[in-house]
Amino acid sequence: MAAEGKTIDALSQFELIPVLGPVGRAVGFSQSNAHMLLAVGLVSLLMLAGIRKRALVPGRLQAASEMFYEFIEKLVTGQVGHEGRKYFPFVFALFMFVLFGNLIGLLPYAFTYTSHIAVTLGLAATVFFLTTIVALALHGKKFFGYFFPEGAPLWLAPIIVPVELVSYLSRPVSLSVRLFANMVAGHVLLKVFATFVVLLGGLGMIGPVAALLPLSVNVLLVGFEILVAFLQAYVFAILTCIYLHDAVHLH
Amino acid sequence: MTRLLHATALALLLSQSPVALAQQVTAPAPTGSVQTTGPLPGQQGLSAPVQADSDRQRAVYEAERTAAEYEAAARSDADAGGMPQLDFSNPLMISQVVWLFVIFGALVFLCYHYLLPPVAAVLEDRRARIAADLDAARDARAEAEAAEAGRRDSTARARAEAQASIAAATQAAQAESAARAEALAARLNKQIAEAESRIGAARDTAMGALREVATDATEAMVQRLAGVSDKAAVAAAVQRELAARNLKPAG
Repeated sequence: MAAEGKTIDALSQFELIPVLGPVGRAVGFSQSNAHMLLAVGLVSLLMLAGIRKRALVPGRLQAASEMFYEFIEKLVTGQVGHEGRKYFPFVFALFMFVLFGNLIGLLPYAFTYTSHIAVTLGLAATVFFLTTIVALALHGKKFFGYFFPEGAPLWLAPIIVPVELVSYLSRPVSLSVRLFANMVAGHVLLKVFATFVVLLGGLGMIGPVAALLPLSVNVLLVGFEILVAFLQAYVFAILTCIYLHDAVHLH
Repeated sequence: MTRLLHATALALLLSQSPVALAQQVTAPAPTGSVQTTGPLPGQQGLSAPVQADSDRQRAVYEAERTAAEYEAAARSDADAGGMPQLDFSNPLMISQVVWLFVIFGALVFLCYHYLLPPVAAVLEDRRARIAADLDAARDARAEAEAAEAGRRDSTARARAEAQASIAAATQAAQAESAARAEALAARLNKQIAEAESRIGAARDTAMGALREVATDATEAMVQRLAGVSDKAAVAAAVQRELAARNLKPAG
């Protein structure tokens, strides 16, 4: 699949293919959604199996689930403050969903749903609407003061308001494109170098030796992609927290 | 450096010109040979008669188009030089986002109700337990400190008592010994006085006897030499002589 007809086909890995036979086809259930289900299953398994014993001194699995819990809890309370406590499960779900999507995508034959702009934009739009609704619910009309900082001269309003509005509206775009672009770029690179391995490997005597170079690059890339997987999930979560902070406190 | 690679890869992808270039290289392949990423093998055979035959057959064909053929169409779109993620004509794109909201919503629901509360309970338990243990330890330390203070107190008191009793005993002993020494001295003085008086008496008697003997001897010597016998004069002369020799006169 990587090197058919001696070409570099880095994009076909992102194609959506229906799964679950005719039923899946009828409801448009693609392998992307199957991987989402897998991620949700793994997150649930980690949290439920980890906490099953409710040990006072945690074992490895329990320590892992507690670590994720406390990490996100600190993130939320650190950024949003104590009022942010009620959004913690949402941010936790978001972080774990993105993280597991990124990590599962690194496994061979797996699909990376976070490499689809539609998915990341869907998540970012959820965050955007949630923060806007929270801000409107908490502050009512005062929320619109967010677009014009207090104390600024009134004649600057025609400049400031559109700038603030655009920056507010571009949040979901930057949030989604960042994750999407990182994931796509990483997977394209992996695929390109993997293709090099196959192409060079077929070059007679020196082939296998030459193929070692792109192979070692790919080994490094996989390590780097694991870092990126964590980093992007963290960035997604912390930006969500920052937006929630703005929504709760208005600046 | 890998970051740079990411960026360039992304730039390449988004600008699409290198992708088009890659597609140009690929171009002969999809038409010439059968590819898994290309159109389905059956489609070429099917499409030819559809285009040639009547409208009825076309309608039948349209009705029989399955999602697999949509997918094939999507793939040929991708082959035409676009990213599968940006192919919004693919119906799987919409269904993917719908399923995303369903699955992610389920994860958020699970997090709120099933995944996080047990972890919170365990962490709270541990926090309470540690706090209780710390309190107990603090109490125990306070108790120990109080006991230590009491011990130090009673030690000091005992030492003071001991010192006082030692002083009292010493004083009593000194007083007793002084009294005993005084009594002894008094007795000794009395004995000395008695002995002295005895000695005086003895000497007096001895002196008396000596005067008698001296008087008698003197009288006899005077009688013999002078032929006079004057008892009174002799006695007075002896008395005088004895007094002159500092011998105590007889009582």
